[in-house]
Amino acid sequence: MEMMILKIIAIIILAPILGGLIAGVDRIISARMQGRKGPRLLQPFYDVLKLLGKESLRVNKVHGLYIYLSFIFMILTTVLILSGGDILLAVFSLTLSSVMFILGGYASNSPYSTIGAERELLAVMAYEPMVILAAIGLYYINNSFLSKDIINSSVPAIAYLPAIFLGFVYILTFKLRKSPFDLSTSEHGHQELVKGITTEYSGKDLAVIQVMHWYETVIAMAFVYMFIATAAPISHLYAVIVCIIIYLIEILIDNSFSRVKWKLALKSAWIVTIVLGTLNLVVLQLTM
Amino acid sequence: MKAITKSPWIMHYDASSCNGCDIEVLACLTPLYDVERFGVINTGNPKHADILLITGGVNEQNVEIVKQLYEQMAEPKVVAAIGACACTGGIFAECYNIRGGIDTVIPVDAYIPGCAVRPEALIDGVVAALGILEVKQKNMKKRK
Repeated sequence: MEMMILKIIAIIILAPILGGLIAGVDRIISARMQGRKGPRLLQPFYDVLKLLGKESLRVNKVHGLYIYLSFIFMILTTVLILSGGDILLAVFSLTLSSVMFILGGYASNSPYSTIGAERELLAVMAYEPMVILAAIGLYYINNSFLSKDIINSSVPAIAYLPAIFLGFVYILTFKLRKSPFDLSTSEHGHQELVKGITTEYSGKDLAVIQVMHWYETVIAMAFVYMFIATAAPISHLYAVIVCIIIYLIEILIDNSFSRVKWKLALKSAWIVTIVLGTLNLVVLQLTM
Repeated sequence: MKAITKSPWIMHYDASSCNGCDIEVLACLTPLYDVERFGVINTGNPKHADILLITGGVNEQNVEIVKQLYEQMAEPKVVAAIGACACTGGIFAECYNIRGGIDTVIPVDAYIPGCAVRPEALIDGVVAALGILEVKQKNMKKRK
């Protein structure tokens, strides 16, 4: 029991540190791709520390509250996945976190924030079916939704679910909020909606949103990890390497595509989900 | 060094400038000067910004907008007047519609002269503004 509590505390502290470092590396690599030197590795941490010291302007009482609720569900999702818990529950907890975030966007009544919230809602609609199909696929081959069972199987999940893996990588771009699917809010300055759904947040609330995104990155990478890792110790090294490669590809995509319209984002995500996701499950059904 | 001096997010507004200084502001973000090295991000959102960079002499139609942008920024915040027009009104100071300088509308913390201002001077001015920002944050904590 005590071990469990220690483990949960370690996850809550270490996950955002890892996520923040990934964000720092991301910014440096993005800058190098654009021919710039880029910020320091710890820049995302300086940003958050600065935001914590700033005044939090709130347009109404619930506006800030939603962000903290969203943050709690995001932490719950991270703990569930990384402590070997139920991934289906984690997927629903992640959705709840997104829903709170969207409600926060609507609560501000600002036109930019509202359009950002609507776009975030569309993004959730676009990626959610694939995430659930990935969870179903992982269950189908392991007969368990527990992430500790999935990473203890004898054969890597990707051997049975190559199409679902590809589909999941496609919708990862939504989850990591990278171009061409950074419709609701973008990390970059070029945004037609000021800062989209995060426009009205400042100070500590914005710091929480940043840290929440770090958790989100770790969750997304944990899903990729589960596709590769098996009971063999060496497979965990492969899983880490695959996670790094996938993230590098995401950075490359982020820097080489412009933002698409929401219709194309939604259509393409659903077509990918229907074709790759269902095809993979049907083939699995017929062969196993 | 405090975190606030390592992560200054800027917001750039053109208060009826001739666009010369605005080009120089954006030049700072290009690969040649790359101010993101120092953690500077061009946010375009007053609620996220720490430093307000304003160019131009402020005409009558800009006054309310400049005031509103300043009020929407979260404390601590600093304002830097970019270029001769923003500092004093420059060659447009005598015009019927020009207020003549940003400090006629909102308090300015750093004056960065030049017509157009050079990117080096701009970076220098922003660094000076960071010192003021740090002091303002200290004062903010004392007030609490």
